[in-house]
Amino acid sequence: MSTPALSTRGLDKSFGSLVVAKDIAFELPRGERYALIGPNGAGKTTLINLMTGMLKPDRGQIFLGPDEITSLPPAQRVRRGLVRTFQINTLFPHLNALEAVTLAVCERLGCAGQWWRKLPSYGEAIEEAYAILLSLQLGSNCYRQTHELAYGQQRLLEIALALATNPKVLLLDEPAAGVPQAESAELFSVIAGLSETITVLFIEHDMNVVFRFARRIIVMVGGRILLQGTPQEIAADKRVREVYLGARQHA
Amino acid sequence: MTSGAASEPQRYLEARIRWQPLEIAFWLASLLPFWLTPSYLVLASQIAITALFALSLDLILGYAGIVSLGHAAYFGFGSYTAGLLAKWGWGEPITGLAIAGVAAGLLGFLTSIIIARFRHLALIMITLGFGLLLAEAANSASWLTGGADGLQGVRMWQLLGLFPFDLYGRAAYAYSLCVLLLMFLLSRRLINSPFGLALRGIRERAIRMPAIGAHSPAHIRKIYTIAAVMAGIAGALLAQTTETVSLDTLGFQRSADVLVILILGGTGRLYGGIVGAIVYMVARDQFSGINPQYWYFWIGLLLIAVVMFLPNGILGGLARLIPRRWRSV
Repeated sequence: MSTPALSTRGLDKSFGSLVVAKDIAFELPRGERYALIGPNGAGKTTLINLMTGMLKPDRGQIFLGPDEITSLPPAQRVRRGLVRTFQINTLFPHLNALEAVTLAVCERLGCAGQWWRKLPSYGEAIEEAYAILLSLQLGSNCYRQTHELAYGQQRLLEIALALATNPKVLLLDEPAAGVPQAESAELFSVIAGLSETITVLFIEHDMNVVFRFARRIIVMVGGRILLQGTPQEIAADKRVREVYLGARQHA
Repeated sequence: MTSGAASEPQRYLEARIRWQPLEIAFWLASLLPFWLTPSYLVLASQIAITALFALSLDLILGYAGIVSLGHAAYFGFGSYTAGLLAKWGWGEPITGLAIAGVAAGLLGFLTSIIIARFRHLALIMITLGFGLLLAEAANSASWLTGGADGLQGVRMWQLLGLFPFDLYGRAAYAYSLCVLLLMFLLSRRLINSPFGLALRGIRERAIRMPAIGAHSPAHIRKIYTIAAVMAGIAGALLAQTTETVSLDTLGFQRSADVLVILILGGTGRLYGGIVGAIVYMVARDQFSGINPQYWYFWIGLLLIAVVMFLPNGILGGLARLIPRRWRSV
């Protein structure tokens, strides 16, 4: 039980002379709610790309539970339970919400390659997809094509697609990006309500949201982890204040 | 997997793929040439063959978003396979058709290993290059293919041992139409399956697929192979019904024509290739009667007009006129 859900050791990544990740090491305990914060360009999304296999690290290791996954391709990491969402909606515009989530469920169940039976006969997969959509309040819109959905609903569909893969660890890249502040709290209460068996790490800029929904926080600056701790520790730390408020004080 | 009573989402998905009255009317109408235009059955047979070829392209282009400018490679490969079989003494049409399909499928599977790793412009170049390669190989292997003179000495046996392929094209059209319908039913089932949904996922947002745990290259290899089998069967039909095979079954022109036909009719609609084939082939027949040398002028005009005014093809334009409940996928 003490094995962390996700951990990294000494992750490095550079693009030429630009260092985007340097000596990244952390452990996410199971069921934890982590926020990953830091100024723009700190390397937060890069870190998600490294963990999900969309980028290859120059050095270092990544573990999902006890298993090393450093060299696994992205789809295989997803199948093992390490799943992400995207900061910019990366959805299927001309599939309706039900089809999109059913597709993700079928991929997990291993029936997405079957072409001799019609989709409606896969009742189990469809039911599960529908249940996920209902749980995210997308039930009444699930027959509308993705591109017709309101922006906030599209953000929810991002999460629905991830949930359909049955994740152990969920990495949410600014789940509320572009959502008005009033709706953003709603979106995060959905995230807060996710099963405790899922370990969640989210990137978010709104500090109110971060302090309300995260139990622990990782602060990144310039491709490095500056510190990690509870919200109280982070709020009290002088260096964090400098990073976030420094620019304003010097201006 | 199915529980006794279908749930609401299941019923919704079921309703979306139900046979529409218009579809049934269309297939019944495909029998009309036997009585209405009995002197045009040869053309009707060629239309059915072209429609099948366009349908096979639709599976990869319209559903999986794989753009190909070399799809004639599989058509021609099937054509030569069926033609050579008959020339060497096995003139039985249906087994010949099956063997040609398998041969084209094998070729399709081998190329799909490369195809699955690329997208967009690179794909166009690779498929184009592969098509040219095969056409030139067939040209230089004239001892086998007959080169520019075409493959001579193809003699088909009677269809089912009963119906000879005659000059009027009765057997040819009946045969081509049956094969087209069979392949259409197969395609319809395929695109309405979980696999069809996965293909649409690849077309809609390929980069999301790995993030939902999908191994897209495997899907692409599979559909590319299936499309190659169908293209090969279409090519074999042409060889068997005309009892000759020419180099242009493999040519770039044929790859370009089938793309034009599919875009004319509308991609990703199953019927797009069929409607496109009817319009294109009938137009070619009529225009070339008026103006035999310059009929491509009119085809060019038609293409520009369709793309400008009906961006989703003829079917896409018609769909806007038809009530939503009649629309098929």
